Amino acid sequence: MKVLVPIKRVVDYNVKVRVKADQSDVDLANVKMAMNPFCEIAVEEAVRLKEKGVATEIVVVTVGTKAAQEQLRTAMALGADRAILVETDEAAQPLGIAKALKALVDKEQPQLVILGKQAIDGDNNQTGQMLAALAGMPQGTFASEVNVAEGKVKVTREIDGGLQTVELNLPAVVTTDLRLNEPRYASLPNIMKAKKKPLDTVSPADLGVDLTPGIKTLKVEPPAERQAGIKVASVEELVDKLKNEAKVI
Amino acid sequence: MSILVYAEHDNATLKGVTLNVIAAAQAIGGDITVLVAGEGCAAVADEAAKVAGVSKVLLADNAAYTHQLAENVAALVAEVGKDYTHILAAATTSGKNFAPRAAALLDVGMISEISSVESADTFKRPIYAGNAIATVQSSDAIKVITVRGTSFDAVAAEGGSAGVETLGSATDAGISSFVGEELAKSDRPDLTAAKVVISGGRGMQNGDNFEMLYTLADKLGAAVGASRAAVDAGFVPNDMQVGQTGKIVAPELYIAIGISGAIQHLAGMKDSKVIVAINKDEEAPIFQVADYGLVADLFDAVPALQSQL
Repeated sequence: MKVLVPIKRVVDYNVKVRVKADQSDVDLANVKMAMNPFCEIAVEEAVRLKEKGVATEIVVVTVGTKAAQEQLRTAMALGADRAILVETDEAAQPLGIAKALKALVDKEQPQLVILGKQAIDGDNNQTGQMLAALAGMPQGTFASEVNVAEGKVKVTREIDGGLQTVELNLPAVVTTDLRLNEPRYASLPNIMKAKKKPLDTVSPADLGVDLTPGIKTLKVEPPAERQAGIKVASVEELVDKLKNEAKVI
Repeated sequence: MSILVYAEHDNATLKGVTLNVIAAAQAIGGDITVLVAGEGCAAVADEAAKVAGVSKVLLADNAAYTHQLAENVAALVAEVGKDYTHILAAATTSGKNFAPRAAALLDVGMISEISSVESADTFKRPIYAGNAIATVQSSDAIKVITVRGTSFDAVAAEGGSAGVETLGSATDAGISSFVGEELAKSDRPDLTAAKVVISGGRGMQNGDNFEMLYTLADKLGAAVGASRAAVDAGFVPNDMQVGQTGKIVAPELYIAIGISGAIQHLAGMKDSKVIVAINKDEEAPIFQVADYGLVADLFDAVPALQSQL
């Protein structure tokens, strides 16, 4: 079966972002970019399904600027067979992205779509669920285990309080949680080979979707700074401060 | 303004976080309707009807909603919600699961995990793991929103007298089914609702050493959490994880023990009222957010702390 893996180019998770002085956004000029960590887990899961003989083709896709080709190449170095870039300079939002992905699902007819549970820039946690709704597919969100068998996929999900297992009819949408797998690194020969794999570019107009954001960002501010604390010398002093100064115990 | 609040419950009792979501609904202002979907959950609807500020409760009692499967719940919320201006749910794994699906069915955008209400169409929410706060405005006819529970003070559970209306038909999408669940059992307070949280990190060295934290927690009536490092090392189950990818907590007192303070962890706890850090590395980033820091070996400090309380 064919697996579609939507990924996102985001600021590297080790970077401590700063807010621009004009409060229009965070400052991403000259900041290291990378594939969203949850998307790496999604690519890894698709590659493992292929290694098990469950998946036959992995198509990786992103909605973003031309620079996002870099992350598509990374995904192909990890094992994806081909890539599609929906090129736009618009900072698309989950609903728009989900509509673009729905158009690609109609065209590619994958049996399984695997996405990360959230991107670490917008922290929205919406795209997979929205795509599932638009495509009329069932969804297995926050997956920590995925098993495909006999036209169905069994997904163990991380929920508040523990784990829940659901069974979904294929085609289905799965979003990955951190513990699903440990993504591999791309080897140098695979990075070289990935340069020859096919990468198609389409425009949102080709797909018949409008990516204009419906939710406007008015302002981006740094979070409220915490007052600088103090260091205490002993456990006695700590207990005393908590009882008499902070009055929390 | 008419607001639909999705009630979080386990088919027997209403979960506390619903009271925080109703508080956010009150901040928006307008008529508040609570939707209770589940099976054999009439008691939950009665409980919701007593909550201060609620004007109506809708009860959808059907086997299709027993396990809150997103496919069925989102279809219900989109159907019922089309007559409202706002649809609110808690930013729990359940709310995060069905709310975006409902929004897409209504063809509207969604605003995740709001931390404050500026006006009926403008909200604040953390982005980049809490390293920036965005003020966003929605022009959609229906605003679908999840609410960060710890950012809103709960409304009173008593004092209201809303009527309960039973919804008739239900549809089972028939594309997904519940297989089973494994819930971690604990007598301690729920992590996201506890007044005191004690968390352990990689410095705890192994799972057995968490016993020390449990004993301390029982003395303080606290919940026990963990950093991702402690979870990944297999010391404790992952539902104890505090952080960007785990639970967001904002207790009165947060005690971080053997936790360095990676930004992903801080995103889950830095709104706590008082933060205490016990770590032997005085350069650990956790000390930058701690109100009280103690540079000490936790294996000396924790037993000492216990004997002093």
